[in-house]
Amino acid sequence: MILVAVGVFVIGIGFSVLWSFTSSKLFPTYDFVGLAQYRRLWADSRWLVSVNNIWFFGLMSITCNMVFGYLLAVFMDQRIRQEDLFRSIFLYPFAMSLIVTGLVWQWVLDPNLGLQAALRNLGWSSFSFAPLVDAETAIYALVVAGIWQGSGVTMAILLAGLRGIDEDIWKAAKVDGIPTWRTHLSIVAPMMKGAFATAFVLQCVSVVRVYDLVIAMTGGGPGIATSMPAVYVIQLITVRQNVGQGMAAATMMLLPVLVVLAFSGILLWRRNREVGV
Amino acid sequence: MTAGQITATQLVQEAPDQAGVGPFGPKPRRVSAGRIGLYAFLIVAALFFLIPVYIMIVTSLKGMPEIRLGHLFNLPGEPTFQPWIDAWLHACTGRDCNGLSPGFYNSVKITVPSVVISIICASINGYALTFWPYKGANLLFGLLVFGAFVPYQVVIYPLIIGLSSVGLFASLPGIIIVHTIFGMPILTLLFRNFYAAIPVELFKAARVDGAGFWRIFFYIMLPMSVPITVVAVILQVTGIWNDFLFGIVFAGRPNWPMTVQLNNIVNTTTGVREYNVNMAATILTAAVPLLIYFISGRWFVRGIAAGAVKG
Repeated sequence: MILVAVGVFVIGIGFSVLWSFTSSKLFPTYDFVGLAQYRRLWADSRWLVSVNNIWFFGLMSITCNMVFGYLLAVFMDQRIRQEDLFRSIFLYPFAMSLIVTGLVWQWVLDPNLGLQAALRNLGWSSFSFAPLVDAETAIYALVVAGIWQGSGVTMAILLAGLRGIDEDIWKAAKVDGIPTWRTHLSIVAPMMKGAFATAFVLQCVSVVRVYDLVIAMTGGGPGIATSMPAVYVIQLITVRQNVGQGMAAATMMLLPVLVVLAFSGILLWRRNREVGV
Repeated sequence: MTAGQITATQLVQEAPDQAGVGPFGPKPRRVSAGRIGLYAFLIVAALFFLIPVYIMIVTSLKGMPEIRLGHLFNLPGEPTFQPWIDAWLHACTGRDCNGLSPGFYNSVKITVPSVVISIICASINGYALTFWPYKGANLLFGLLVFGAFVPYQVVIYPLIIGLSSVGLFASLPGIIIVHTIFGMPILTLLFRNFYAAIPVELFKAARVDGAGFWRIFFYIMLPMSVPITVVAVILQVTGIWNDFLFGIVFAGRPNWPMTVQLNNIVNTTTGVREYNVNMAATILTAAVPLLIYFISGRWFVRGIAAGAVKG
């Protein structure tokens, strides 16, 4: 079974890359056209928008998620009452499908019946908040929904990291008269490298794979404003029946993952060598 | 954000005093500005997480005329469960008006076998990788870890071609195979890390006593793997139940899982949008993983953490 799974991944990637060099339309062919598909891909405005979006979405949501998650974790670590209750509240959206998340936020942000209408009804008639219908702001709405769904997990991981830090370090820093925020930034945060890395990797994986959320919330719209590479690939394969170009796009999606993995692999290898394992 | 940090600062400075065990019993509780700021932040954050669901529940209990008034936060004037019944039995996707219930049964039919098969395979894999290292095991394991990071889109199309060449594309077995394969990297990692923590002497002792591969697995390893299996089940059930992409691509129209049906019901372009029905349908779809979440509590957190620690 492990062989089958590994085989599927390796062979699947192999064929994807292979087909990206062909002129496949609805079905795969072996008519090789070199890099023509890649040239067309990078000339396609829809793809360019998608690539821009994924960088923007990725940077925004990972940064916000980390900051918000860390703040939540720090605050949760203050011996508060009802900790379990708060933890449950912060974490429950993660149990829900991204489809559900997308639909919930689509509803809340609906300009005619959602938040905007509700606040106008309360008497704030100039209130205007309809990010989903504006091409400029729709992606922010996606970021908010992403944070709603995922920051609880970041909080849980970072909280576990915070709890793993020795009490004496806090005491020592306090004796030395270091302000608490500096202790956090310069001493505790570096000690939590592992927890941060875990949360970060988890975020990255989910950003690259973001598909359900976009489909449920905006469908890639308005227009193509919130298209993402993952959405783009599926569209090319199914709707636009252009497998060659779709596979070229998929290969482009794989590249950054390969680079990051190779980088972390080298780091791991060098660390192991230093330790002498 | 700066405000938040200042309060955090004050709080941490106070925390040790509160923790210190006073010589004359517990200290009187001090209510300080920082403490109030702390709770204010947490409560505001909690509201951010809770409001969307509150709105969903409230909306699902209202009639359409009441929704059109636009009082999003108001409690329903005349609560009605009709939207829930409609969502379950009558909501339309295109021409079919059978509600979500077929999707629910499909999701069950997809989830249960996928979870069982993938966990059986993964536990055997993890056991073999840990205690019976064969040639190339490390390479295989490395590739498997790599599989956990590969974007699905890269593998989907070849998988479509592969499955349709053996006639399993757009079928129930097809989607179960797909879920099993994609669950394999993370689950194998989970089990391997668990078995790696078991003292190898236990394994050696069993070997000396003449137990073989399967005997050791069934009589020694399996009974010890209950905790990790619970984590794996939680991880897989929520993951597969919440899946959308594989469902829509590989399951085929008659087997579409609940998430796909839900999206079709809500994002359908024909007819009047019945928001109350949509909200009820959304809650129904989220109900199963939420139930698991609230029942499993801490196990769920552990499952996420375990799933997160890769390599």
